[in-house]
Amino acid sequence: MRKAFYLLPLLAFLTLITWFGLALRPDHDPEILPSALIDKPAPVFDLATLGGGPNLALSALKGQVVLVNFFASWCAPCRVEHPILMRLAAQDHVALYGIDYKDRPEDAKRILAQLGDPYHAVGLDPDGTTGIDFGVYGVPETYVIDKTGQIRKRFVGPLTEQALQQELLPLLKSLNAS
Amino acid sequence: MRRGLASLGVPLLAALLLSAALSTAAPFGAPAFAVTPQERLADPVLEARARAISQTLRCLVCQNESIDESSADLAHDIRVLLRQRLLAGDTDAQAVQYIVARYGQFVLLRTPVEPATYVLWYGPGALLLAAGLSAVIWLRRRPGADAPASVPPLTDAEQQRLDHLLRDTDP
Repeated sequence: MRKAFYLLPLLAFLTLITWFGLALRPDHDPEILPSALIDKPAPVFDLATLGGGPNLALSALKGQVVLVNFFASWCAPCRVEHPILMRLAAQDHVALYGIDYKDRPEDAKRILAQLGDPYHAVGLDPDGTTGIDFGVYGVPETYVIDKTGQIRKRFVGPLTEQALQQELLPLLKSLNAS
Repeated sequence: MRRGLASLGVPLLAALLLSAALSTAAPFGAPAFAVTPQERLADPVLEARARAISQTLRCLVCQNESIDESSADLAHDIRVLLRQRLLAGDTDAQAVQYIVARYGQFVLLRTPVEPATYVLWYGPGALLLAAGLSAVIWLRRRPGADAPASVPPLTDAEQQRLDHLLRDTDP
């Protein structure tokens, strides 16, 4: 009993070291913040669309699992994740919507014409207010919204193949099943 | 610079140089760092409140600067938004809550004291107290602490030998 008591500091030390070690692992980026909106209703938005069709509104997305991807023509990392979005769109796992963040519509139109358009529809957020409502702090960011309109996950920065296979696709599978 | 909004190295440098130039020239007060004239509110009371609040909000792009200091685009947007909230009649707490609801508690540069942060605020004190108490208890219980009482008196043989030695060395 007494000996166990003397092991306590060692135990505390090992716990700390493990904690610090986890923070130092190579695939951990401390700048990536958790969203404040996880498991909360997605912010209401009603945005004019790039094609000029009917507005892109949150209320119209209810009842299906959707992916909302904030992007911009001026955003270099968005180009990095673009092929993954194209593949995701082709595979038909989920309805992918874009929000063009602080951008000129003609620029967004041009870049989608150049690279391909993975989105069902693209809402325009020229002054970034919808972005702020979502808690966007840099593009690209991708939000998973479930059938009830709740945000279930946020991906900060370009989607990677690893994030797609290990996190996004399993999550979509379980959300679609429920 | 991986992120879209993160490319602020050059503007930051420019702002630093400019503020260095301003601070030597400005006759009074601290020079405005990142807050541009267009952002300022006409009402000096509201503006002062906005400045005070924005010094306590973290810029999510730079993460160790307040939005008052940062020249990142997002910091500008949040400064403007904050002023809109104040103009709309929000109290300071409501305006801060508006930002926190979107960006989470991480935006607060001053960690609030609440159940989730008790460990952070009171943990070090509690640890010090626990360590101090256990040190006191250990020191008191340690064998030897009350040594004078527990040493058995000299036996007759030992006393004789001691006397003998003392006599021997004394001239």
